[in-house]
Amino acid sequence: MSMPFYVSPEQVMQDKAEYARKGIGRGKSSITLEFADGILLMAENPSSLSKIGEIYDRIAFAGVGKFSEFDQLRKIGVRYADMKGYQYSRDDVRGRALANAYSQAIGDVFTRELKPLEVEVIVAEVGDPGLVGHEESEIYRVAFDGSISDHSGYCVLGGSEEELLGHLQSNYSENSPLGEALRLGHSALGRASDGSAVSPDQLEVCVLEKARIGRKFRRLNTDELRQHLGG
Amino acid sequence: MRFPGLDSGTFRASRGSGAAVAGSGFGSGYQGSSFSELLQVEFPHLAPDFRHASGEALSVPHGTTVLAFKYAEGVIVAGDRLATEGLRVASRDVQKVYATDDHSMIAIAGAAGPAIEMARVMRIELEHYEKIEGLGLELDGKANKLSQMIRANMPAAMQGLVVVPLFAGYDLRRKQGRMWKFDVTGGRYEEAEFEATGSGGLYARESLKKSHHSRASRQEALEMAVQALTDAADEDRGTGGIDMLRGIFPTVLLCSEPGIAQARESELREVYESIMARRARGNGAGARS
Repeated sequence: MSMPFYVSPEQVMQDKAEYARKGIGRGKSSITLEFADGILLMAENPSSLSKIGEIYDRIAFAGVGKFSEFDQLRKIGVRYADMKGYQYSRDDVRGRALANAYSQAIGDVFTRELKPLEVEVIVAEVGDPGLVGHEESEIYRVAFDGSISDHSGYCVLGGSEEELLGHLQSNYSENSPLGEALRLGHSALGRASDGSAVSPDQLEVCVLEKARIGRKFRRLNTDELRQHLGG
Repeated sequence: MRFPGLDSGTFRASRGSGAAVAGSGFGSGYQGSSFSELLQVEFPHLAPDFRHASGEALSVPHGTTVLAFKYAEGVIVAGDRLATEGLRVASRDVQKVYATDDHSMIAIAGAAGPAIEMARVMRIELEHYEKIEGLGLELDGKANKLSQMIRANMPAAMQGLVVVPLFAGYDLRRKQGRMWKFDVTGGRYEEAEFEATGSGGLYARESLKKSHHSRASRQEALEMAVQALTDAADEDRGTGGIDMLRGIFPTVLLCSEPGIAQARESELREVYESIMARRARGNGAGARS
């Protein structure tokens, strides 16, 4: 009879983390940026399978990594938000609570299951100047091990994170108009993909616009992107 | 708590570890795109259930006259504002016509509580489907879903809590306004020109039968709607007329290709006054009888 090998918990966690990082690193990056009129979410995504989605009136989702896993998380988020809005009121659905729930669920899988989730997700909630207590925008990032962080201004998900962050750090300015934010995001994503510019039809871009009434999420089409990016 | 996943065996968080999260809907086992099914499967304690209520014993508020008809640009839906409990007024300004999304509307008649709840769930249902699937339902699909929700209300309907809505919208694919009426069993019938339901529905229909034509302009459509509701309120005690004193006007929604617009109070006031003036001159029907 063979005895199972002893593996230290530290080693297990390290292996899992490495496995997850590898999976996430293979995919393309995604950027979330605050601009003057709301929040911009961008991803390099040549396929028709969305990486960015609407969760609720003021909340959007972005994921990188394994599509089937983060898309499942997106759907769970929609169910969670609609259920909460049905039970209480539409204004009670908040990004922070959702991000915490993601953090719990993803962290739970990381510690309990053999295979961790190969995903990182962003929950972005746009502020509404007309709604008392909800004026500020919030961006939360949940990593593959469930660790959660909040960000102001911008946030990056995916493979070439360090490089993209560096680029944003030196070029980001608050309250820039949509066109400027788009061009910044576009140039940052270009750095991730071997430095070559990403063509607008390879981009998935969505915005949460403060000025919209009710559901603030909107998907930008390629024509609109071309207008802004001038390509 | 079950975390829905790739593989039911491996992608799971333990039950109980996240009770607060599970209770708020995170990690439900239901995998479909329907909100009303999610409610029934995962949160049966929150799903509307009026099976054990009896409408007669409880004396709950009832509506109503609601109507829908086609006009040149699309379809119009209108409803009065009165809810009654037996012979008493329960509310003078209840809303019976709701936009369910950018291009569809529901008008409710019957027991007010379950009807308003159904309109609310329908609205969430359409938005939920659109977000989960990434694409909205076709207008036919929406009407079909509503008919299933009415069928699910059958046990309550047998107790007297009948809900029979009208559903209307602009079909972006066919480029035309369309409308449906329903019966208690969830039967769904598409109407070609106009329809009215509720306690004063018969009178509204009689009125529309004379005035309706589907090439009507927006202004003519408003006139037809106000006239039909006024006629219904005239004959039916369960239907509220326009209350100039309190400033209570019917809810009138117009749905066309660009979306849904609600008729302004000032517009309705003007239309109503011109109808009244015409009738007072003796040119209209039954003014001096």
